[in-house]
Amino acid sequence: MTTTSRWRALTHHHLFWPVAVLIALLLVNVPFTPDFFSIRMTDGHLYGSLVSIVLFGSPLILVAVGMTLVIATGGIDLSVGAVVAITGALTCSYISDQADQNALSGVFLALGIGLVAAVLCGLWNGFLVARMGIQPIIATLIIMVAGRGVAQLITDGQIITINSEPYKLIGGGYWLTLPFSIFVVAAVVAVTVALTRRTALGLLVESVGGNAEASRLVGIRSVRIKIMVYMFCALCAGIAGLMISSNTSAADGNNAGLWIELDAILAVVIGGTSLLGGRFSIGGTVIGALVIQTLTTTIYTIGVPTQTNLVFKAVVVIVVCLLQSPKFRAKVFGAKGRAGTSAPAPAAPAADAAPKMEVSR
Amino acid sequence: MAEPQPVLEMTGIVKEFPGVRALSGVDFRLFPGEIHALMGENGAGKSTLIKVLTGVYSLDGGTITLDGKSVRFGSPLQAQHAGISTVYQEVNLCPNLSVAENIFIGREPTRAGRIQWKQMRKEAAELVDRLGLDIDVTAPLSSYPLAVQQLVAIVRSVGTGDSDGEGSGTKVLVLDEPTSSLDRDEVLELFRLMRRLRDEGVAILFVSHFLDQIYEICDRMTVLRNGTLVGEHMVRDLDQVGLIELMIGKALDQLEELHEHQLRSDVGETLVKAEGLGRTGGIAPFDLEINKGEVIGLAGLLGSGRTELARLLFGADQPDSGTVTVGGKQVSMSAPNDAIGAGIAFCSENRKTEGLVPDLTVRENIILALQAARGWTRPIPASQRDELVAKYIKALDIRPANPEARVGQLSGGNQQKVLLARWLITQPQLLILDEPTRGIDIGAKAEIQKLVVSLSEDGMSVLYIAAELEEVLRLSHTIGVLRDRKLVAQLTNGPEITTSKILETIASGEHQ
Ligand SMILES: Nc1ncnc2c1ncn2[C@@H]1O[C@H](COP(=O)(O)OP(=O)(O)OP(=O)(O)O)[C@@H](O)[C@H]1O
Ligand SMILES: [Mg+2]
Repeated sequence: MTTTSRWRALTHHHLFWPVAVLIALLLVNVPFTPDFFSIRMTDGHLYGSLVSIVLFGSPLILVAVGMTLVIATGGIDLSVGAVVAITGALTCSYISDQADQNALSGVFLALGIGLVAAVLCGLWNGFLVARMGIQPIIATLIIMVAGRGVAQLITDGQIITINSEPYKLIGGGYWLTLPFSIFVVAAVVAVTVALTRRTALGLLVESVGGNAEASRLVGIRSVRIKIMVYMFCALCAGIAGLMISSNTSAADGNNAGLWIELDAILAVVIGGTSLLGGRFSIGGTVIGALVIQTLTTTIYTIGVPTQTNLVFKAVVVIVVCLLQSPKFRAKVFGAKGRAGTSAPAPAAPAADAAPKMEVSR
Repeated sequence: MAEPQPVLEMTGIVKEFPGVRALSGVDFRLFPGEIHALMGENGAGKSTLIKVLTGVYSLDGGTITLDGKSVRFGSPLQAQHAGISTVYQEVNLCPNLSVAENIFIGREPTRAGRIQWKQMRKEAAELVDRLGLDIDVTAPLSSYPLAVQQLVAIVRSVGTGDSDGEGSGTKVLVLDEPTSSLDRDEVLELFRLMRRLRDEGVAILFVSHFLDQIYEICDRMTVLRNGTLVGEHMVRDLDQVGLIELMIGKALDQLEELHEHQLRSDVGETLVKAEGLGRTGGIAPFDLEINKGEVIGLAGLLGSGRTELARLLFGADQPDSGTVTVGGKQVSMSAPNDAIGAGIAFCSENRKTEGLVPDLTVRENIILALQAARGWTRPIPASQRDELVAKYIKALDIRPANPEARVGQLSGGNQQKVLLARWLITQPQLLILDEPTRGIDIGAKAEIQKLVVSLSEDGMSVLYIAAELEEVLRLSHTIGVLRDRKLVAQLTNGPEITTSKILETIASGEHQ
């Protein structure tokens, strides 16, 4: 391979643009925070901007990974934010009722209760979408709206605070010098990749999203697959809910995971999975989520005024999406690319095999 | 001798896709008032040449002159405004919109910015009528079979020029395999229309794998092979044998072989038995017995219920009445899963909407049915999978022979082969083939027919649907004749059964 063709293969890789944007965003921070890339060791814990980005981005990565599979089937799940709130509320309220909040058995039971509730939400979504044939955006809107109410009910409209060391570990603790949540995220991502690529699940999901009718005629049990995927998405949101409530040692039915569904959808799209369904990329989604988290961090470090916060974010997202569109790239970079690649002009169409052109008239 | 001016001239056309040079320096010209055939094997570059012309793809090299002016269209719409109307190989209309809306989409008759629905429906009905079609233009397009959809696409394209709007009028009409799922009558109707347009001075570019059609209607032809031009000829100067040689680069003798390859007479015991199976609005209740190793061909006109019959046998549609037994055991047939479990496979005629997943690779599309049957927890081991896929790519000569290629980027005929491979790989007991040779070139068509014969010899039963009666006749032990959504006769194939005999049965609706 020549260097140009290697470069072409690189730029055509589906992760090229998301990674390029991520690196660019990281670099933007350097003039404002010169030690942006440095990582320090304090008290046996690693600290630094990069570590914080991954740490604070953890819940988003989790939610986005689940969302990726839902989107790949051609669906969408708006309820993940509410599921985050419900899970946090249930878990924290159970723990706060315990006499000894540090007892491992109680904490594990609490985790179980929270996650089961999350999975049940996913089952409900999947049932509505796959069995009842309701449009995903409507079906999941139900829990998106009602779920916050449920979370409020669980917490009595209060913010429940707890004081449980074991629980604190999930979202705020350290293990082997790194934030524990990074390990959780790594595990979930690894399991998801194995689940989809080591089995045939990924293929079947992409088929259902790529052509639903053809998939039915080929005998794919798409109802089952869709229900599974919505349940998995809710499970991921549930774990994110644990992480968020653990980090603050509090359950806030109102604000936990607020608008996280939108960031997750953005992360999926930035990662290169089409909202129309079909091909998906878990790796892309992880990068996408990191892009969004870095963006949020950058907004603070470069001191964008709070009022223009969202506008700034929107602009970056638009640029990323445009960069990913082949049509846009052709328009902007096209002229240069064309001159470079098709140098051998059509004037001499390979004389070797050129057959005689016979014209009879 | 004064050479008339070509209305369209393309010179040195180059089009590259990543890894494939689809067109390398092709010259092509089209004169007013002629019907010009563009010929070549599957993947020769015919559709690509058309798409480069109409601005679907950008050009990598070469020039296009229309009416003496150099042009380069950025989009199909621009091409249409410049007077080039096109029917693409894959019907791309909006299934949810009505027939009338589909015909007028993008150029609806308006007054003061508002669409004149009444006028639109009236004009649509007139246009449809001109093609001798009897359809309700207010019904959604998806309620009609593929063949009708194809006709609507044709109506839409010819309507572009002469619906009273001023515009520039159609100068060039491009038809990419418009007849691939039409029956004889519709083809004749289409030809009548084409001749009329030709006599009005329209230049028509016509692609078809039916050589008889080419010789019936075309004046001149251009032959492509592997993306290069191999010659331009007047049709009367080149016979079929010569044409085939030009297309595939060697002589073809397989077609003759098939005749000697006589059908085996002894078919096995009953495999599938349908009793009183029917669906309102689809097909009247019918009885059908399919024996092991038997090929049953279905004959009938457009809309006679052939596809509907097949879909019921596969559980693609839910029957209202009747039962199906496979190997003596009753099967519920409420979903394709049930049929697949019982060893039935169904290759849909509509490869785009009901067949392939365009974003997935050739390999993934080929193993899809097998994988679905195994369930998601048991992936096919990679080595076994690659071996199977390679075997079928070779057996069916799928080009490019790259299992990693996206199916959506294959030429139409090669996509059809992928669909076939998908079901062959499952080794079904009964293989239902609905128009399996749609869009397949003449060499591959013979291959597929030979394949059907050999599958039947190995004991596989086949239900074969094809618009071409000769094809059905050549392959089938038994011919089921359909008319008005009813199975009216089942003829045992033999020397006395001829195409005219079948046509008679179709016309009279009974078996004499
Ligand atoms: N969008 C695309 N991306 C990559 N390769 C493509 C694309 N479209 C076509 N090709 C390749 O270009 C070649 C020519 O394809 P084309 O569709 O023009 O064939 P064709 O002559 O129309 O064949 P058929 O008779 O099967 O319709 C094929 O090798 C095909 O795989
Ligand atoms: Mg084609």
